[in-house]
Amino acid sequence: MSADVSVRKPLSAAARLRRRRWYQQPRWQRLFGMVVLAVVMAQVTGEQGERNDLFHAIQANFQSTGILVWLAVLVGIWAVREFFGEQVGTQRRRLGGEIARPVQRLLGQVRGQRAYRWGGLGALLVFLIILPLLISTFWQQVLVDQIGVYVMVAIGLNVVIGWAGMLDLGFIAFFAIGAYSAAFWTGGLPVEPPFELNNFLVIPIAVLTCLIAGVLLGAPTLRLRGDYLAIVTLGFHEIVYLLARNLNEFTGGTRGAQQLDKFSVDLGFWSYDWELDPQPYYWVQLAAIVIVLVLFIRLEHSRVGRAWTAIREDEVAAAATGVDTVRFKLLAFAIGASTSGVAGVIYASKQGFINPEQFVVMMSVLALAYVVFGGMGSIPGVLLGTAVLVWLPEYLRDTVDAQDRFLYLGGLLVVMMIYRPQGLWPSRRRQHELKMAEEGTAGADALGAQPGGAQS
Amino acid sequence: MSTEVERKPEGAADAGPEGTPLLELRDLHVYYGAIEALKGVSLTVGEGEVVALLGANGAGKSTTLKTASGMIQPRDGQVLLRGERVDGIKSHELVQFGIGHVPEGRRVFARMTVLENLRMGAYRLKRPDPADLDRVFTLFPRLADRRKQVSGTLSGGEQQMLAIGRALMGKPELLLLDEPSMGLAPLIVQQIFEILREINEQGTTLLLVEQNASQALQLANRGYVLETGAVVMSDEASALLSDPRVRAAYLGETIE
Ligand SMILES: Nc1ncnc2c1ncn2[C@@H]1O[C@H](COP(=O)(O)OP(=O)(O)OP(=O)(O)O)[C@@H](O)[C@H]1O
Ligand SMILES: [Mg+2]
Repeated sequence: MSADVSVRKPLSAAARLRRRRWYQQPRWQRLFGMVVLAVVMAQVTGEQGERNDLFHAIQANFQSTGILVWLAVLVGIWAVREFFGEQVGTQRRRLGGEIARPVQRLLGQVRGQRAYRWGGLGALLVFLIILPLLISTFWQQVLVDQIGVYVMVAIGLNVVIGWAGMLDLGFIAFFAIGAYSAAFWTGGLPVEPPFELNNFLVIPIAVLTCLIAGVLLGAPTLRLRGDYLAIVTLGFHEIVYLLARNLNEFTGGTRGAQQLDKFSVDLGFWSYDWELDPQPYYWVQLAAIVIVLVLFIRLEHSRVGRAWTAIREDEVAAAATGVDTVRFKLLAFAIGASTSGVAGVIYASKQGFINPEQFVVMMSVLALAYVVFGGMGSIPGVLLGTAVLVWLPEYLRDTVDAQDRFLYLGGLLVVMMIYRPQGLWPSRRRQHELKMAEEGTAGADALGAQPGGAQS
Repeated sequence: MSTEVERKPEGAADAGPEGTPLLELRDLHVYYGAIEALKGVSLTVGEGEVVALLGANGAGKSTTLKTASGMIQPRDGQVLLRGERVDGIKSHELVQFGIGHVPEGRRVFARMTVLENLRMGAYRLKRPDPADLDRVFTLFPRLADRRKQVSGTLSGGEQQMLAIGRALMGKPELLLLDEPSMGLAPLIVQQIFEILREINEQGTTLLLVEQNASQALQLANRGYVLETGAVVMSDEASALLSDPRVRAAYLGETIE
């Protein structure tokens, strides 16, 4: 018992660490958070700054009634939660229970029965088919130009990151390749194709082109782990973008290609041309998405899907159980790429023009955000996530200042990842992952990190 | 023999320990970059045998198993399965020839359930054999109770059982086990070795890497001792168990 006292911290140090000042207590920290939030919200929603007088707006927003309203509302919420939280909670649980129980019972019955399930899916499909008839032209445009296109992209990206667990930051490169394929084969680029094709016939060619591009990119790089792969794909995207921009003789450079052919069908006895009206394109997209989804859902539950899951979990163990890891990773890459390519063809055919600025790296990042926001690996999640995230900025167009639109999008992403990292509609496995990460039994990082470290 | 193999190397003939051995490693030289991890390792495993591979940390035991299962390729030397060369074949293809590898550190698919792990183990068979599942659950009743549990939340011993069970689902003829007793309580080690004996009696050949030399040698027919990448001793298990050098190195002199 002759320990060197000078080395050991005096006991009071521990006591000091344990003691919390009043402002360090969670309750008051939450209040502080609410006040900060109120200030931020007041600035965001208040007067816009001007270029030559930056501080005027900030000052004005501090003196306006806006900040008082925000403070009142947020501090009010804080007070109710802190001091009446218990009563409110029990009330809500009681009410919630009364409402939720019968609903859950009903849902349980519906889930159990196939007929209901198919009925529900059928009803959803009918709703989606008539959807464009119910909305304004503006929303039809949004639906076709953005939601339809990015849903397709996100479904493809989900195969790569959600199922096979590879972080791809250059996914829109394949979308661009699809779009430029469409322009090339319909004769829209400065270079002449060997023969001109109908836009519909370009789809299989674009699929093939993107498959090849995916394999060419994948073969040398798939040995890389998650973070490195992300950088490589990012570089690939930048290369494709710069090629499209600078190869003037082939791609039309920064001007891109204009007045591309649109979809058309000519069966001799019956022909139809897609024009400016967005609705007919919507049905083409819907058909393509439904076909792809049916194929992918079958794939998810096949040997291929199981192999992907195993690879995502542990590559060494997957190989030890007989999974050809390289082949299946390539396959995921190629399948994702070709889905993105189909979206590119449809996009180019609808827009009628393409240029490199439509395929900047930011688009790849957004595509990743759609998938993560919806729920990696979950098809309903990805569909929903994409729809919500694409819809939001358009919805905000009329509600907030134009330059603030993406601020809200960013805020939503931050809040979502803090409070619901598994996404809107997560897959069952992703929920396991996050739960186990909380308990410290495994990493939540489904991408790249392998539990055992080294790869063979 | 309860194992029905899907594919056998052409011309393979069943042979006992006296004839063509099931597995033979001939003068393996394995490198990690410039480091020579195996400097001419040779060993044989006969049909139906249990062979123990002992050695200090870093001796090259895991490397030997990885080379046998195709996870690493030797720079020199041969791996023969029933007299047929299989070095150069990738591990996922070698599985088709009936080699099961339970890698070091278990490596269960942490986020799959027990049942999903076992199904994954049968990946090489086009459809899993329900009899195999029953067999694994009979061998490991603890897994049967936990079939819906996410395997990352299993205890270390249960994960080891799952790793062995998963390998069994692929109907291996030869099971390579890398330190199945690592980090387990003595009672569980006892259990695992009992089960390994049972698996062997049901007809699976075992090549067993172990630190727990006394347990391993009690189970094994023969044993090899590896030291810095070379075999320094090989004998009947009972002879090794009583060898003073082995006792000094792996069992501790003072233990009776
Ligand atoms: N991936 C690798 N890269 C470089 N060196 C390696 C690698 N894997 C193993 N080694 C080296 O090869 C030698 C043999 O390693 P091996 O894993 O086969 O030992 P081991 O006998 O299984 O030891 P242990 O009982 O500690 O598991 C060691 O010196 C180790 O450092
Ligand atoms: Mg080892």
